[in-house]
Amino acid sequence: MSIAFYPLAVLTLAGGLGAVLLKNTVHCALALSVAFAGLALLFLTLDAQFAGFAQILVYVGAVAILVVFAILLTKGSETPESGIFSHTWFVGLIIAAGVFAVLGWAVLQSVNALPNESAVPAITVHDIGNALVGRYVLPLEIVALLLTAATIGAVIVALHEKEGAK
Amino acid sequence: MFVASPISVASAMSAANLDQIFVILKNWLVAFLPPFWQPIAGVILCVVAIVGLYPALFAIAVLMERKGLGRMQNRYGPNRVGPFGLFQPVADGIKALIKEDVVPFNADHVVHFLAPLVLVVVVFMSLAVLPMGRNMVLVDMDSGLLFFFAMGASVELSIFMAGWSSRNKYSLLGAMRAIAQMVSYELVLLLSSVVVVMISGSLSLVKIVDAQATYSGIFPHWYVFTPWGLASFVIFVIASTAETNRSPFDLPEGESEIVAGYFTEYSGFKFALFFLGEYVEMFSVAGLGTTLFLGGWSAPLSFLGVIPSWLWFFLKVELWICFFIWLRGTLPRLRQDQLMTFAWKFVLPFTLLNLFVTALWRFMGEGWARWVVCSVILAAAYVVFGRLGLARRHVGPRSYRYAE
Repeated sequence: MSIAFYPLAVLTLAGGLGAVLLKNTVHCALALSVAFAGLALLFLTLDAQFAGFAQILVYVGAVAILVVFAILLTKGSETPESGIFSHTWFVGLIIAAGVFAVLGWAVLQSVNALPNESAVPAITVHDIGNALVGRYVLPLEIVALLLTAATIGAVIVALHEKEGAK
Repeated sequence: MFVASPISVASAMSAANLDQIFVILKNWLVAFLPPFWQPIAGVILCVVAIVGLYPALFAIAVLMERKGLGRMQNRYGPNRVGPFGLFQPVADGIKALIKEDVVPFNADHVVHFLAPLVLVVVVFMSLAVLPMGRNMVLVDMDSGLLFFFAMGASVELSIFMAGWSSRNKYSLLGAMRAIAQMVSYELVLLLSSVVVVMISGSLSLVKIVDAQATYSGIFPHWYVFTPWGLASFVIFVIASTAETNRSPFDLPEGESEIVAGYFTEYSGFKFALFFLGEYVEMFSVAGLGTTLFLGGWSAPLSFLGVIPSWLWFFLKVELWICFFIWLRGTLPRLRQDQLMTFAWKFVLPFTLLNLFVTALWRFMGEGWARWVVCSVILAAAYVVFGRLGLARRHVGPRSYRYAE
């Protein structure tokens, strides 16, 4: 555990907490971007360069922009009158605790489940590329199909809107 | 070819020394410190050099732009401050520093303050992976190109922050247009850079330059001198002009259209920071284009290698800047829908075809056949796409769509 982990963990947690606790929705989106950047930096401290930069490129560069566009182009950017905390917070807390327990158990068990992995596997971009078109080509193609379906869906939704406005 | 006389050896050594002079200087300065502090001191020295050099280049570029644009428009540029107006950047700097910083009352002060900072930080970080000379790269990362594009993607966030926090309709509109434009052309930029990665086999910018720094006879192996390289280079130039919001793609900041777009509400030093960020982004994108297509720091002809590598790099980058300025003085501004149509309906299909042609080049093997086939495919595609785009589109009555 390097010395850079603690400030980065604090940064990520602060971003995550800001994303749910801040009053202004756009501030929440920006705090979420800070959390994404913190995660990317954590990847970089673990020597996973590709994962870290892809995290910034995809999450900060695309997902965060998408989130802010969605906030701006809809009426969601004003603070709702009924307050920002939901009425069913107790059930939400129980579900979140359950998910956290499962994830924590899985992470702690992974040390026993994969005893042959070295502490810092040296994965280069070359290896990732080879794996993507070798062993994992089916998930890659399925993701491409999913993206195509999403694009076609977006085009169809936009087309119908045009018909509706005429 | 070299006769081993003292003079020729000395001149050969001095050419190599001149090439590596900054590296030698850094090593000499760092040697004064105890060994524990040496790596950190080396990095800090390089960072200080970059942070000091690029604003100086920015001052020169601003002056070149104003004088150059002026001459293109048949007028003198600034010519009062200093001989031929050479001290105009000094005057601009003093003005930016002493102007009052006006922030609108309803503006979001924190985000308004952070937006120019985020832009400048992110843009300077993207300079860290550019190899500016032989052995002169700040961080030699395995996935340097990906880092560069990650930083470029973060610029959009800062533009959004600027536009939204100003609580100004013009700012928000300008920011929306700028982000839409930047997202579209960033895709094109990435795809046109992927062909270079395909051929050179590495995401590291240092390895990409090393792959181009070889010569066959006296001609260099720059990627721009291949059919797919030339097509990618042209696409890269178009996309980089759009990424940095330069004319003819500068609708988001066009003065006559939308006041000043997303930096309407910024005055004084914050505006200067935005300006600096935009020009340094121009430099970094020009540096990337030089690295990917124009051979980085390598000389155009093999016998010109006596001129230092860093001088070649900065000459090529300055050539790009001059080209950007020339483009600004020549072409009219594109309308928003023309801009987006151009990106998605012409440039992007052409880029995808270019990917296919590059793969064809790679697998056809050495020889003249691949030159002919690739050139014919690209030229035919250019003509076909161009003709299709020129066809008259039916323009009906305007329909408005509002978000609910």
